[in-house]
Amino acid sequence: MLLQKEMIAEHFQRLEDAPRSGEKVVYTFVPGNLTELIRSFGALPLLPEINALQSGMRGKSKAYIAEAEKAGHSADVCTYVKADIGMMMSGNIGPTGTRLPPPDLLLLSYTGCYTFMKWFELLREQYKCPTVFLQIPYQGDGTLLPEHREYVVKQLREDVIPALEAVTGRAYDEGRLRELLALSARAEDDLVAVLHSAKQKPSPIDSYFGGVYYIGPIFSAFRGTPEGVAYYEALREEVEERQALGIGPETPSGRLDDQRFRIVVEGPPNWTSFNEFWQMFSDEGAVVVASTYTKVGGTYDFGFRHDPGDPLGTMADYCGGCYTNHNLPGRIDMLVDYVKQYAADGFLINSVKSCNSFSAGQLLILREVEKRTGIPGGFIESDLVDPRYFSAANIKNRLESYFQMLRERRRGQVAPGSDATAEVTP
Amino acid sequence: MSPPTPTSQAAPRSSAASRQRASIVAWARDRYEDLELGSVREWLAQEPGRKACGYLPVYVPREVIHAAGMLPVGIHGGGSMEIIRGDAWYQSYICHLPRSVVELGLTGRLDCLSAMLFPSTCDVIRNLSGMWQILSPQTWVRYVDLPQVNDPERAVEFWTGELRHILSGLTALTGKVVDDEALWASIAVYNEMRALIEELYAVRRDEPWRVPSEELYLLLRAGEVVPVEEWLVRAREYLEASAADKNRPRDNARVVLTGAFCEQPPLGLIMTIERAGCYIVDDDLLLGNRMIRGPVAQGGDPLVALARALLHQHRTTSVLYEPDPTGKAREIPERVEAARADGVIFAAPSFCDPALLDRPMLRDGAEKAGIPCIAFKYAENTGQFQQFREQAGTFSDSIKLWVGTRAEQGRVERGRTGAGGEP
Repeated sequence: MLLQKEMIAEHFQRLEDAPRSGEKVVYTFVPGNLTELIRSFGALPLLPEINALQSGMRGKSKAYIAEAEKAGHSADVCTYVKADIGMMMSGNIGPTGTRLPPPDLLLLSYTGCYTFMKWFELLREQYKCPTVFLQIPYQGDGTLLPEHREYVVKQLREDVIPALEAVTGRAYDEGRLRELLALSARAEDDLVAVLHSAKQKPSPIDSYFGGVYYIGPIFSAFRGTPEGVAYYEALREEVEERQALGIGPETPSGRLDDQRFRIVVEGPPNWTSFNEFWQMFSDEGAVVVASTYTKVGGTYDFGFRHDPGDPLGTMADYCGGCYTNHNLPGRIDMLVDYVKQYAADGFLINSVKSCNSFSAGQLLILREVEKRTGIPGGFIESDLVDPRYFSAANIKNRLESYFQMLRERRRGQVAPGSDATAEVTP
Repeated sequence: MSPPTPTSQAAPRSSAASRQRASIVAWARDRYEDLELGSVREWLAQEPGRKACGYLPVYVPREVIHAAGMLPVGIHGGGSMEIIRGDAWYQSYICHLPRSVVELGLTGRLDCLSAMLFPSTCDVIRNLSGMWQILSPQTWVRYVDLPQVNDPERAVEFWTGELRHILSGLTALTGKVVDDEALWASIAVYNEMRALIEELYAVRRDEPWRVPSEELYLLLRAGEVVPVEEWLVRAREYLEASAADKNRPRDNARVVLTGAFCEQPPLGLIMTIERAGCYIVDDDLLLGNRMIRGPVAQGGDPLVALARALLHQHRTTSVLYEPDPTGKAREIPERVEAARADGVIFAAPSFCDPALLDRPMLRDGAEKAGIPCIAFKYAENTGQFQQFREQAGTFSDSIKLWVGTRAEQGRVERGRTGAGGEP
């Protein structure tokens, strides 16, 4: 955690210094981010969703959203967008308290979320800077078709790379890109080992609340960097130590060794009451063993690794494989697999108002996962960064009822002659 | 029970033209109100082996469906129908359209459709494509990813590939071998439809009292479910009848209605706006039927031609990326100018990401150009229109009192120069 804090602070300091140091700044999105490519040109990535969620965690998003709504943005739409625009209207002071530089380029990696398109159209209105669009076809038929992959590669070669060359004044260096992709693959191996550690009982990690910290560097600015590699080596070492000792993760309720419920979670977390939300789980002895949100920037745990041997093709595969770029049947398959692989007792959906990309269809996901796994699902509603939509009492009530139901169900199942799903070992 | 809607603007008349006009509007209204898709079922029953393909808003290539030998059927929600099962699939913060579409599906009303196309309008419709794969496994489902990139040639290549996928999937259902000639024939008939819709819009723009918006809308809604050839006959008859049976001009403001391209407003809302004193002289209702401006040029590979037409002749809309940094600011002033409108009504469905995320950019452009604007939200099942009546009425009055309508300005100008002209 400390290491990550230092990395982030240093990155934001470089961003603040960019107008003076001459480093170019590329705004882009987490899903399908092209960090290695951006860094191969010596530019710095800046991700508006990260700023928005950090504003949420630091209690600033409410005022930013109000600012954006005063300026005419609808109460109905994504609060990440409004928090970002409100932050910009309030002086563009970033999450660490440093001033964020304007973008030299908006790289719109259009992956898995319609709102991204509008978000960058809105930012372009303000920043009047070049914008390059990368369309990643949706996996409507459950796969990224070969011609779709080629379409992405062509865009990378003929649109994105020339745009980065123009902004940075540097020529595309494929050798450099391969080096960075090799670093990415190393970090990805370590991240997957960390995520897979949750198959053990007790789980040494929380794969949702803790998981969002684990994915921070790899989905933001640090994939393809030596710092990123070092971070994931250290993280893996720490988690393997916990595994060896048979201890659980640190949580707001203390170290969670006595893990009464193993839960799979679908959907993003709430950021404005993050610790309070986590504590509602940890107080009940619930540990999240797998989550889909930790795949929002890219999915590694089914085998994908960045391949330095095919730099542009591998980036196309990466972008196409982001969680919300999978169709609903694919998302259901993934969740069913998690429930089985991680021997989960329950399956919960945190449905956020802001994100139709995740939320539309989640009630069907709930029913299908229940039907296919036989474990009961729970459903709660909140928002990403708008505190008006986090009702602590309601959510706590629902979670308590849900865990109570799991408890009763377990009592029934451990009766003689019944199946004992809670006793499944990894 | 449907909520009460205002009565038609047209006063009862008894001429042959009036009767014909009323008959066509009644025919269109029957199809608009028929959630059982009776006319589709009749068409299917006329010949064994016929198949129909449904599609969600905003844009799908109907020419390809037609060429594959299927009837294209626009699924535009359930209006004010009671939703029982559809609500169980959606959270409260998601728009109304998918609820009623799911309701229509789960109640068997769409079981006459062998295929469904879900275009990349927004994430809700995108995810509905996956839901449909699970809820209706007997239906061939295709998500239709519209081309978004800046480079037109690359976009044409991508979109042509998508068109081939759609054609191949549909012909697998119909067993029809589709050659270039068949595709050109379908493109030609939809060229006719586009031309006729453009003519209807031009007549309404020039003489909005001749083509009331509720009548135009009903006619276009019928065009979403009946064979294009049948629609062309009816629409031509309507145009002729309306020329001989004009309503009296009113002292209304002229407005552009925008934001209603996906979930459709209730008919009563459209009527309310006009009755409150605002002639709608341009809109984006049912935008898919005129997404391509003008004809698809004949020659070469028909699918490439269709793809080129979308890329080079498409209307500006929230569902396509705007590559021009000044495009959003210019959009409303240009539409207002082209329609000779006095103001803009931003009417968006609640929770509609495309319309509501676009609105600040569009409104900013309108306000900077000094164009009067109002904005409201609706749902397809909105049943109370009083607030819209008051809002639209006040808007019309304020334009007439403080800004002056174009018609008024024209009269002043003609008075000053001594020129004559229409009232």
